[in-house]
Amino acid sequence: MFNYYIKLAFKSFKRNPILSLLMVTAIALGIGASMTTITVNYLMSANPIPHKSEQLFHIQVDNWDPNNPFNDDEDALPNQLTWTDATNLTHAKKALRQSAMSMSGAIIEPQDSESKPFEASIRLAYTDFFAMFDVPFLYGGPWDNNSDSNREQVVVLSKRTNESVFGGENSIGKNIVIAGRHFQVVGVIDTWEVMPKFYDVNNGPFNETEELFMPFSLKEDLELPNWGNNNCWKSPDGEGYAAFLRSECINTQMWVELPNAQAEADYLDFLNNYVRSQKELGRFPRPLHNRLNDVMEWMERREVVEEDAKMMMWLSFMFLLVCLLNTIGLLLAKFTGKSSEIGLRLAVGASKADVFKQHIVETACIGLVGGIAGLGLTLVGLQGIKSLYGDFVDDLASLDASMIVVALVIALVSSIAAGLYPTWRACNISPASQLKSQ
Amino acid sequence: MLKMTDVKKVFRTDLVETHALKDFNLQVGEGDFVAVTGPSGSGKTTFLNIAGLLETFDGGTYELDGQDVSNLNDKHRSQLRNEKIGFIFQGFNLIPDLNLFDNVDVPLRYRGFNSAERKKRIENSLEMVGLAQRMKHLPSQLSGGQQQRVAIARALAGEPRFLLADEPTGNLDTKMANSVMELLKTINDAGTTIIMVTHDADLAKQARRNIYVRDGQVSEL
Repeated sequence: MFNYYIKLAFKSFKRNPILSLLMVTAIALGIGASMTTITVNYLMSANPIPHKSEQLFHIQVDNWDPNNPFNDDEDALPNQLTWTDATNLTHAKKALRQSAMSMSGAIIEPQDSESKPFEASIRLAYTDFFAMFDVPFLYGGPWDNNSDSNREQVVVLSKRTNESVFGGENSIGKNIVIAGRHFQVVGVIDTWEVMPKFYDVNNGPFNETEELFMPFSLKEDLELPNWGNNNCWKSPDGEGYAAFLRSECINTQMWVELPNAQAEADYLDFLNNYVRSQKELGRFPRPLHNRLNDVMEWMERREVVEEDAKMMMWLSFMFLLVCLLNTIGLLLAKFTGKSSEIGLRLAVGASKADVFKQHIVETACIGLVGGIAGLGLTLVGLQGIKSLYGDFVDDLASLDASMIVVALVIALVSSIAAGLYPTWRACNISPASQLKSQ
Repeated sequence: MLKMTDVKKVFRTDLVETHALKDFNLQVGEGDFVAVTGPSGSGKTTFLNIAGLLETFDGGTYELDGQDVSNLNDKHRSQLRNEKIGFIFQGFNLIPDLNLFDNVDVPLRYRGFNSAERKKRIENSLEMVGLAQRMKHLPSQLSGGQQQRVAIARALAGEPRFLLADEPTGNLDTKMANSVMELLKTINDAGTTIIMVTHDADLAKQARRNIYVRDGQVSEL
């Protein structure tokens, strides 16, 4: 009977093409609007490193002003570390892997005289950064611990930078001039765009991966500028770059890899002891308060999915509801127009359940067609977001297979829900009155 | 075969109660051809609707083929309608965007027959009414008389014991009406019990038995 109901649904579609088209349009608009915002929210809140997101922790310690917390929320801690603390904690090597990191930028001077120098973003980090975050390599690999300790001028390039400077060939061992100094290329990473960019949400959780990676220890030597937030609760003690680095200003992120709960507990103990030792040196005037946040906790704490985006999603759901209310009205009109046929079917042996099933299938077909059209509108909506916000939202504004399934399921479920009342009315008409009225 | 005893039917609105059938008693035997006449509003169609299980009633008993149908649920009523009763209406009630084949197929779909069985029955019943060559036509491509023949084919396809006809010739001219009446008599001769409501006294006379309904009660003529 299911095939028969499908056939009848499409007959009915052809019988009232305008009414049917209006219903499909209403559902398509609702699905298009809601799926556009759902897709953006889904990608914003996706787990960027699902296989180990519970083993990676961002560190927070409270080095802030004794009289004023970091912000109005009493529970809030500074969202970055000082250069001093991040460096000390990394050098302590108490975790399986650890890395202080920050963002900077410098001018690259291509060796090819025809190419112009260009500014590139830099991720300053320790060698553990690459293993901790499972960064894939196209050529070579990360620098080693000695390079970190000895402040060697080595660099890892992004795939795109390697293409720009070396035409995409294997550049391991070659020299590249960055900030006026010669660096040796030790690795080229493959395409690696974590979305959201959880390891540095301060500098834009949806920004692209940096173009260069170099040892964190070089930040001091090269006096590289700080790209991104820098917050201070008191002025540096003295003038110059070294004084700035050793100040209580926070501008450095710190991630550790802790493979299990025991390691996490041990690391928190270590962190507390570290802060107590710093208190003896006159630092950390506020009460002891340190925290380890795993990847998803960190993204939630930093509100990676903005309230505006959530609000837009709820508004689009409201719009879908309005579209469905319209669909209910249109279905009522359509099924009322079919009263004589329904009366006839009941008279010749269809039960109310048969009529109900026939019309629910018809509603579901309309929903499915509306859902497919809605997917088209979703693509248009996502394209609109791309053109509005630029290339950096490319990864956010794309529809994957699971979202296509979600769109069709929402279209089916919502259209069936919208069709329940009109269908119930349809199967409760009196056949006798309908047949006589013909 | 069909036995109504003291059947009552009351239509109620907020302001008024209308007694459509009052102590309605009727017995129809197998193979009978009963013509039901009476003035408008006398209860003829209400009787036919109750007989065809399209409406419930408020009192009395009704046995169809030996089965008390007073308290059947929707599923059983629809099953009985499908298996034992065929309907013919004044307005033909064909589905306009289905061709003749698919129109006749409608009751068979709810019977659970396989497609070969349905095809055989559809072709046979359209053959019987002389429209087998036009089974791919739409109802709008036929005359009124032909449309009523399709409706008869639809009613016959399930091989019902009863054929209930509500003014089957009401929308037809005399020639076509006579042709449809001849067809009904042939069907009756083959053993199908027919109850036909009509305003046409001449057609009524052609039935084996005539009853008259007035003020919701029945009398033999």
